[in-house]
Amino acid sequence: MSGEIIMTYAIAISLLVGAIFALVGAIGLLKFNDSMTRLHAPTKVGTVGIGAFLLASMLHSFTYGEGSMHELLIMAFLFVTAPISANFMAKVNIHRRACDTPPSPPRDDTWSTLNVPEEDKHVSDTAAPSHRI
Amino acid sequence: MNAFRWLLPHPLLTLLLALVWTLLQNQVSAGMVVFGLILGILIPWVTSAWWPDTPKSFHLSRMVTYSIMVIWDIMVANVEVAWIVLTKPNSKLRPAWIVVPLELKQPEAITILAGTITLTPGTVSADLSDEGHSLLVHVLHTDDPDGVRDEIKSRYERRLKEIFA
Repeated sequence: MSGEIIMTYAIAISLLVGAIFALVGAIGLLKFNDSMTRLHAPTKVGTVGIGAFLLASMLHSFTYGEGSMHELLIMAFLFVTAPISANFMAKVNIHRRACDTPPSPPRDDTWSTLNVPEEDKHVSDTAAPSHRI
Repeated sequence: MNAFRWLLPHPLLTLLLALVWTLLQNQVSAGMVVFGLILGILIPWVTSAWWPDTPKSFHLSRMVTYSIMVIWDIMVANVEVAWIVLTKPNSKLRPAWIVVPLELKQPEAITILAGTITLTPGTVSADLSDEGHSLLVHVLHTDDPDGVRDEIKSRYERRLKEIFA
C-alpha cells in the first residue's frame, strides 16, 4: 500500500516537471523575437518535458496495470526525429535570409543551404530580397 | 565470414530491429522475438543497396557511455535554457553563429554529432558546409563562442572519433 502512495507521488512529480518544462517552452516561443532564437525553446525544452510525461505514464502503467514499455519507443523516435525537424527549420531560416547571415566556413566555399546551382542563380537573385528582414 | 556478411550486413541493425519489434508487442514471447529476428534479417538485407559504406568499426560499449553522458547533458542544459528563457530579457540575449571545423569523416558520425548538438539545449546544428568539412551551429546565448566550439570538439567529437575509430 505504501509503495503505491510513493509511486503516486512520483507520478505527480514527473507530471509537474513535464508541465513546467512544456510551459517554459511555450513562453520561450512567445518571448524571443527572431526566428533562430525562437527555434531553441520549444524544440529543446520539449524533449525533457515530453520525457517527464512519458516517465509518468510508464510509472502509472507499472503501478496500476500491466507494465508498458511503449514509452521507451516514443522517446527513442522523438530523440531521433527532433534534431531533423530543428535542422530543417534552421535551413529554411537561412534559405529565406530570415536571420543574420552565418559566417562563411573556413575550408569549403559556402554552406550547403546557400549553395545555389548555376542554372538557378537568376531565380534566387530575384526571390531572396523580398523575404529579407 | 563472407556468408555471415552476406546474411547480416548490419548485425547491430538486426539486433535493434528485433528489439524495437519486441518493444512494440509490449510483451516478451518467444514467437515474437523470433519474428523480430526474421524482420531484423530481412530489412537490412532488402535495404542494403542504400547503405553503400558501412562504418568499418563501431564500439558499442563506448556508444552506451556516450549516450548516458548525452542524456545527463540534456537534463543539465535543459535547466540552464529554462533559466535563460525565464530570466534573460531579450535585449541582454546574445545569440551567435559558431563554426565547428569537423575532423569526423563518416556521414554516420557527423549525423550523430549534429543530433547531439541539437538535442543538448542552447545549441542547434543548422547546416553543413557544401563539402562537409564544417558544421554551422547556432547558440541561444553565450559570452564566449570559441569556448562553446572547443567544448563541442573536446566533449563530443573526440568521443565520437573513438566510437568510430
